[in-house]
Amino acid sequence: MEVPDSRLPAATFEDLALPLFDQLYNFAHWLTQDTTEAEDLVQESYTKALRGFSSFQVGTNFRAWIFRILRNTFLTSRSGLKSASFDEQEIEEIASDRPTPETILIQQADREMVQQALTELAVPFREILLLCEVEEMSYEEIAQVLAIPIGTVMSRLYRARKALRSLLLEKFKGGTNGV
Amino acid sequence: MACESWRDKLDAYVDGELAASETAALSKHLRECAACSSEALELVQTKRAVAVAGKRYQPSAELREKVRRSLGKSTRREGSWVWKIVALPATLVLILSVAVGLYVEHEKTQRQRVYSELTDLHVATLASASPVEVVSTDRHTVKPWFEGKIPFSFNLPELQGSAFTLVGGRVTYLGQSPGAHLIYRLRQHQISVFIFQDRGNDRTLGSSAPVSMLSFTVDSWAKNGLRYFVVGDVGAQDIENLSKLLRDAG
Repeated sequence: MEVPDSRLPAATFEDLALPLFDQLYNFAHWLTQDTTEAEDLVQESYTKALRGFSSFQVGTNFRAWIFRILRNTFLTSRSGLKSASFDEQEIEEIASDRPTPETILIQQADREMVQQALTELAVPFREILLLCEVEEMSYEEIAQVLAIPIGTVMSRLYRARKALRSLLLEKFKGGTNGV
Repeated sequence: MACESWRDKLDAYVDGELAASETAALSKHLRECAACSSEALELVQTKRAVAVAGKRYQPSAELREKVRRSLGKSTRREGSWVWKIVALPATLVLILSVAVGLYVEHEKTQRQRVYSELTDLHVATLASASPVEVVSTDRHTVKPWFEGKIPFSFNLPELQGSAFTLVGGRVTYLGQSPGAHLIYRLRQHQISVFIFQDRGNDRTLGSSAPVSMLSFTVDSWAKNGLRYFVVGDVGAQDIENLSKLLRDAG
C-alpha cells in the first residue's frame, strides 16, 4: 500500500488515543470536579500527547502514558496545585481509623453515596481508586501513571480503601443528613 | 501462616496481583478462615462499588467533536480521489472487522466480569461462618423466605429423584441489585444458584453451554424476566443437570 509514510504515526495516534476519550474525560472530571475544567484538561492533554507522541515508545503502554500526561497536566493546573500538596504520612493518619469489617455496609451503600465519598476523598486516594477499579489498571500501569514505585501503589491503595470505608461508615452513622 | 500476615496480601489478592504460588496458598487459607474471607469479600465489594460509582461523567458531544477535529486537522492528509475509491472497500472491511473484534472482546470481558464476580461470591459465601440465612432443604420454606427481601419471586424445582439437595439461601447483590443466592449440595460439593432480575444489557451473558473459569463451571440463562447463574466446582454435566431442573421449574 502506498500510504505516505508521514501519515502512519499520526493515524496511529488517533487510533490509540480516541478510544480512550470517554475514560480520560471521566477521570479528568473526577480530578477537577468541574465540567469546564475537565473539558479544558482533556483538550490540553490530547494536544500535549499528540505533540509528544514521537517520544512515546511503540510497544510500551499507551494508556498509562496518556493518563500520565493528563494527570501531570492536572497537577500543574490551578485546582491541581491545590490538591497536589500531600505527604504519605499525613494520608496515613487520615486513614488509620479503620472501621470494623462491615460487609453489609458496602452492599447497601448506593451509588450516590459511594460517589459522594469518592468526591470527599483526597485526590491521591481518589485517583488511585479510579485507576485501579474503574480503569482496571495493573499495579505496574498505576505506577507508571502516578510515577511512583509499585510498593507505594500497594500501600496507597490499601490506605485509600480504608479511607473510603471510613467515609462510608460515617455516612451510614450520620444517616441521610451526612450526605 | 497466621492471619495477620495474610491480611497484608488481601488487597493484592483481590486485585489479581499476587504471585501464583501465594494466590493458591491464600485461596486455601480463605476457605478455612471465616474472618479473612469476610475481609476479602468486603474488599471485593469495595472494588465493585467504586467500579460502578466511578463511571460517572460523560463527555459532551461537542467536546468529542472538538477533540476529534483537532486531531484530524493535524493528522489527516487529503489523498487523491483515485486512492480514496480504491481504498474505500478495504477501509470498510478493516473498520468492520475492528468493530466486530472490539464488540466481541467487550462482550467477552463483560461476561467474564460477571462470572468472576459470581465465583467470588460463591467462594466467599461458602467460606463464611454462616453461608445461608435460611437453612432448609424444603423449597416451600426457602422460596417464601425471600418474599419482601428481593423485588421478584421465582420457582424452585422438586428435587426428589435427583442427586441434588437444597441447603438453603441468602440475599445477595450483583452490581448493587438484590437477588437470591441458593446453595445446593451434590455429593460433597456445594453449588450456588444465583437469581436476579434480567436487565436488557444482560444479553451479553447469553445462554450458551456452561463455561469453565479456573476450577469452576458457570452456566447462565434468562427466563421469564429472570437471569439465572449456576456456579460450582463440579463438571459441566452436573451443572447442566441442575440447570435443567431449574429451567423446567422456572
